[in-house]
Amino acid sequence: MVDSAVLNASVDELHQMLTNRVVSSEELTRAFLARIERLNSQLNAVVTVCEERAIDDARRADQRLSRGEASILTGIPLLHKDIFCTSGVRTTCGSRMLEQFVPAYDATIVARLKTEGVVMLGKCNMDEFAMGSSNETSFFGSVKNPWDTDCVPGGSSGGSAAALAAGMAPLVTGTDTGGSIRQPASLCGITGLKPTYGRVSRLGIIAFASSLDQAGPMAKSAADCAHMLTAMAGLDAGDSTSADREVPDFFSELSGDVAGLRIGLPKEYFNNDLDPDVRAQVMSTLTELERAGAQLVDIELPHSHYAIATYYVLAPAEASANLARYDGVRFGYRCDNPADLEDLYLRSRSEGFGEEVQRRILVGTYALSAGFYDAYFNKAQQVRRVITDDFHKAFESVDVIAGPSAPGVAFPFGAKQQDPVAMYMEDIYTLAVNLAGLPGLSAPAGLVNGMPVGLQLIGKPFDESAILNAAHRLQLDTDWHLARPPIGDDLQ
Amino acid sequence: MPISQEDVEKVALLARLSIAPSDLPEVTERFGRVLQLVNELNTIDTEGVAPMSNPHDMVQRLRPDAVTTDNQREALMASAPAQDQGYFLVPKVID
Repeated sequence: MVDSAVLNASVDELHQMLTNRVVSSEELTRAFLARIERLNSQLNAVVTVCEERAIDDARRADQRLSRGEASILTGIPLLHKDIFCTSGVRTTCGSRMLEQFVPAYDATIVARLKTEGVVMLGKCNMDEFAMGSSNETSFFGSVKNPWDTDCVPGGSSGGSAAALAAGMAPLVTGTDTGGSIRQPASLCGITGLKPTYGRVSRLGIIAFASSLDQAGPMAKSAADCAHMLTAMAGLDAGDSTSADREVPDFFSELSGDVAGLRIGLPKEYFNNDLDPDVRAQVMSTLTELERAGAQLVDIELPHSHYAIATYYVLAPAEASANLARYDGVRFGYRCDNPADLEDLYLRSRSEGFGEEVQRRILVGTYALSAGFYDAYFNKAQQVRRVITDDFHKAFESVDVIAGPSAPGVAFPFGAKQQDPVAMYMEDIYTLAVNLAGLPGLSAPAGLVNGMPVGLQLIGKPFDESAILNAAHRLQLDTDWHLARPPIGDDLQ
Repeated sequence: MPISQEDVEKVALLARLSIAPSDLPEVTERFGRVLQLVNELNTIDTEGVAPMSNPHDMVQRLRPDAVTTDNQREALMASAPAQDQGYFLVPKVID
């Protein structure tokens, strides 16, 4: 049974309980497995549960704890987004294409967290191939938002965000190509960090758009995210784009001091696309940071408006190349009774991929095709630099940039499904951060009509510490991050 | 210029996707909406701007060309939809 002490415990508190033998890793693991079983039929947040494996891992962690060899994360349970390859455990990426795919190796971040002694409980549902902002594109059905099960949890890491918010695990992982950690973190009321491009290895993440994809932590607080990031980050020989940068202990960098911190507020992020109630909530959160000594500075990111057009050329173009590997031959779905090789390719791909994935492959193929390459792909790469230069210029006068994570709160199922462009607008405040390769996080900023709002904080390249510290300050002064959705209360 | 159903069929073939004739009008309409969105790129002057493919303008890191992992043929082929004696099976290509 997960009691409220465990449910609301931070990494530090869980570590204390484990090292002081108040609870064993096996007990913790069984408690969270039971909670997953209890709540998953309502939320559909988890697609694969690894009960036996988790108990084995927990017992090993308990031995390590009793030998006094535990690290801060040893024995703490976690759920992975189902985009990370897990050796011997089915990895679907939310797609029929990979419904039966069992990888032969672990993603680097999976291996690194395993080395720390983290216990993997299972794998979280997600938008198909991480393409979506509502979790409605998953082959395994939509994830429900634990704050209101008639609403979406956001996407694409919606299963991870919903599971965390509902207390199915104390830690989860996500990936973010255009907002896929920050937007669901915002809609489910949790803290989620997209690190700087290159900070975390992409080896073993099923590729969507390789120049934009990053893996990151999602947890109840910035402090917990800091612990996870320290374990996940760092150079990896298996990813030639991973950065050769020193990895600090992100947790020990959380001083909580924001005196003199200059926070830039881009006027483009508080425009008419933003729900007025969300705007008011974000501004009142920023006032808290101002009270703690930070300075709010008006800035401009004049080409923000072009981020969405740029992204919806570059991400589909990279996706069309990455997803060419799914041919029905080497792994993944194969159609029944193919007439010939061409028929095998065409039907395996058309039957294996869902509508949104096919749309993006089409758009990307078009943007890369002869006669259109310069007008679309090359042009978008030029605009990417213009957008990135805006950020670098802004960072000459501010330390971090702040705004909303999403234009509104969670919306009802089906509300934006008929119009792809309406759905794409969910990420208007997050896309540019991926284009510029910057770190960004979403932290809970209170509720509007009972639904969570997220504050987005954007940092300089490789300065995750600054945005984690600002969020940490906020979480020392307010209790927005402790608000829990009204689900599974009978277990408390 | 709005995209035609013929254009969409041509791109679909390049991408090895087949679109059912009954779905073609809707696929074309939604494809067109996305193109309309991205056509906004034409309104910004990028004369002389170098294209950016990596946000930190990183260059490819090289490594020694040495074996670091043993061959895992069986484990890697275990996910193949059809295989025989270490080969992937496909429909007959040559008569």
